[in-house]
Amino acid sequence: MTYRESSGRYLGVVVGGSMTRGVDVRLSPDCPVEEMALGQHVVIQGQSRRFYGVITDIALEWSDDSIRANPPDTSNPLIAGVVATSAAYAMLRVLPMLAIEGEFAMLDGPAPARTVPPHFAPVRLASEEDVQVVFGAEDSRHFWVGNPLDMETRVCLDLEEFVTRSNGVFGKSGTGKSFLTRILLAGILQKSAAVNLVFDMESEYGWMGTSEGTGMVKGIKQLFPSRVGVFSLDEDHSRRRGVSPDYLLRVGYNQIEPGDIDLLRENLGLSEVAADAAYSLARHYGQERWVRSFLDVSGPEMRELAADLNVNERALSTLHNRLSRFRRYDFMTERESDESVEEILRYLDRGIHVVLEFGRHRHDLSAYMLVANLLTRRIHERYVRRKEEAMGDASREPRPLVITIEEAHRFLSREVASQTTFGNIAREMRKYNVTLLVVDQRPSGIDEEVMSQLGTKLVCLLDNERDVDAVTAGTYGARELRSVLSRLDSKQQSLVFGHSVPIPVVLRVRDYGTAESYRELGFLEASEMRRQMERDADDLFGGRD
Amino acid sequence: MALGGDARVGEVVESSSTGFVSQSYRLYGAPHLGALVRTGGPCPAYGVVHEVATRGIDPSRRPTARGEGEASEEDVYRSNPQLEHLLRTDFRAVIVGHASEGGTLYHLPPSPPPIYAFVHVCVADELSAFSASTDCLRLLAGSGIAALEEVVAAFLRHAVAAQPDPQAFLAGAGRQLAALIPGDFRTVESILLRAAP
Repeated sequence: MTYRESSGRYLGVVVGGSMTRGVDVRLSPDCPVEEMALGQHVVIQGQSRRFYGVITDIALEWSDDSIRANPPDTSNPLIAGVVATSAAYAMLRVLPMLAIEGEFAMLDGPAPARTVPPHFAPVRLASEEDVQVVFGAEDSRHFWVGNPLDMETRVCLDLEEFVTRSNGVFGKSGTGKSFLTRILLAGILQKSAAVNLVFDMESEYGWMGTSEGTGMVKGIKQLFPSRVGVFSLDEDHSRRRGVSPDYLLRVGYNQIEPGDIDLLRENLGLSEVAADAAYSLARHYGQERWVRSFLDVSGPEMRELAADLNVNERALSTLHNRLSRFRRYDFMTERESDESVEEILRYLDRGIHVVLEFGRHRHDLSAYMLVANLLTRRIHERYVRRKEEAMGDASREPRPLVITIEEAHRFLSREVASQTTFGNIAREMRKYNVTLLVVDQRPSGIDEEVMSQLGTKLVCLLDNERDVDAVTAGTYGARELRSVLSRLDSKQQSLVFGHSVPIPVVLRVRDYGTAESYRELGFLEASEMRRQMERDADDLFGGRD
Repeated sequence: MALGGDARVGEVVESSSTGFVSQSYRLYGAPHLGALVRTGGPCPAYGVVHEVATRGIDPSRRPTARGEGEASEEDVYRSNPQLEHLLRTDFRAVIVGHASEGGTLYHLPPSPPPIYAFVHVCVADELSAFSASTDCLRLLAGSGIAALEEVVAAFLRHAVAAQPDPQAFLAGAGRQLAALIPGDFRTVESILLRAAP
């Protein structure tokens, strides 16, 4: 199939620029500058190849300095028309990202641009066909996530590529992170690219989530009832919301390790000395019993214990005081076997995705972090062991797993990322078939090394300078992306860049919440489901006469 | 291009590659400032009138006042019929293009019009055809003649009247002028304001 000349709208010609800054395009007088937008995709037709780029700046230029001091009389339509098409004009800055060579680009696909188009090369807005050549059509591994601004073409993520690395969804609160995450989870489910384990802090993904504007939306359990299991820490809360959890999760004091306390140090307001004391306590009482035994210590015994352990008594009693909060968690029990972890693994092994709801503990970050870290550590350990046991035999390897965590900067901050399981997972990529989907509103709080390892970033509106710096650091055209990023709409728009898209793209994220959107994701209403079953039965047993 | 009717107004008396001076057949009978004129052959040159002057035929003798006893200015000429022969009207034109077999070319002709070549005023179809392309402004705008703005505006006033879509013509001319007179939109603006019908 040949790739015809682009049919997109003519914008102008290249008049200068460089590879690092991007090329300057003189906007044609017939093209109103108001209709241009940052982040729009354009194609530049060179002599032997076609360049695909992104608009990263739009500027008003003038060829006559005097009109800045004495603007012409634009109330006269003749003068206004002439000045707008001659002495005062608009320039676009376009960053060439991809080069498509030859006529058979449909087969070869695009490659990163390593040069710039020549002077006066014509520039057009990317047409639907251009976008499709670059992003690929929807198929068994490409999942439609949204449309470029002002276009109906579907932009697809290569989900098989996507799940091979840890990825991030970022954005200020209220800009659609959960919305986007829900779509990604549904996509991973629909394409069976991996199994999900979601630490669902706000109970938004499993069963009924809220979405600004449309109110309540279906969770992934409702879309794919037989392929998603809802685990809960708070049965009452789940039942009140009309969901009967598949499993009630419990955590035993014996399962808490000193490392978990280290992670919670900032949250619990512990000094380094106090957090270190946890290690001494674990040595003193033994891993299985240290929390329970320590919580039973009271009054004068504390001084003796401090002397025994050779730790500061005040630090020890602060630790005691903070750990006592765990008593309020009704999901904590004296002792738990690893049954919960086994159950999660059994689900995951069968290809059933697991959403863990926190119920009333959703406002308690310590509970969320404690449980997420504790479970992830154990699941990761199993995955590492099983992967090593499989010794390269793909059929024995565990299914690729994507762990979704919210408030990710708490788990992946500079201080703790090097010690936590989450930090390890983010750094080691797919080595053990486990990757992260981090959801966060403060990416600047995440360790730089972890950020640099994230494969694909889906970023909704961010306006804090440091956050914007953090997500764009190390990306080609970072400075240009920054300007695009701070101009995103606060609803249903996202800038996607990284490993699984060939070029950064601003998306209008696909709909989620309408009957049609559910159907497109593979959801069947009860009546449709019945018809489908009857059809299947007919196919299987032969049609009825 | 079909050459226009025989609106002959004078003869070339001085000629160069970039312009020519013509003597008008009638005293005060020169074409208006900014008018398009054609002269010579076989590649007739087109010029735009940029200066019209009337003076005595003998440059060493300045005309003397004669009207003190006359009731009107016309009476001065009636009472002195010899004046028609002692005074002459000349007009200067800057060459803005020439005709060739292939049509109108907006650059200088290979040779200047000869002395005594007849000069015709271009009107209607010929003017409209010549000014159909805004390239017709190229030589004029770059000519460095005195009162350039006035002459260009006057030429546009003539041309716009011959165009079917005056507004589009002026807008195109304005864009061309902005490119030909870079960095000085004020001048372009003032020309357009004077050229608009």
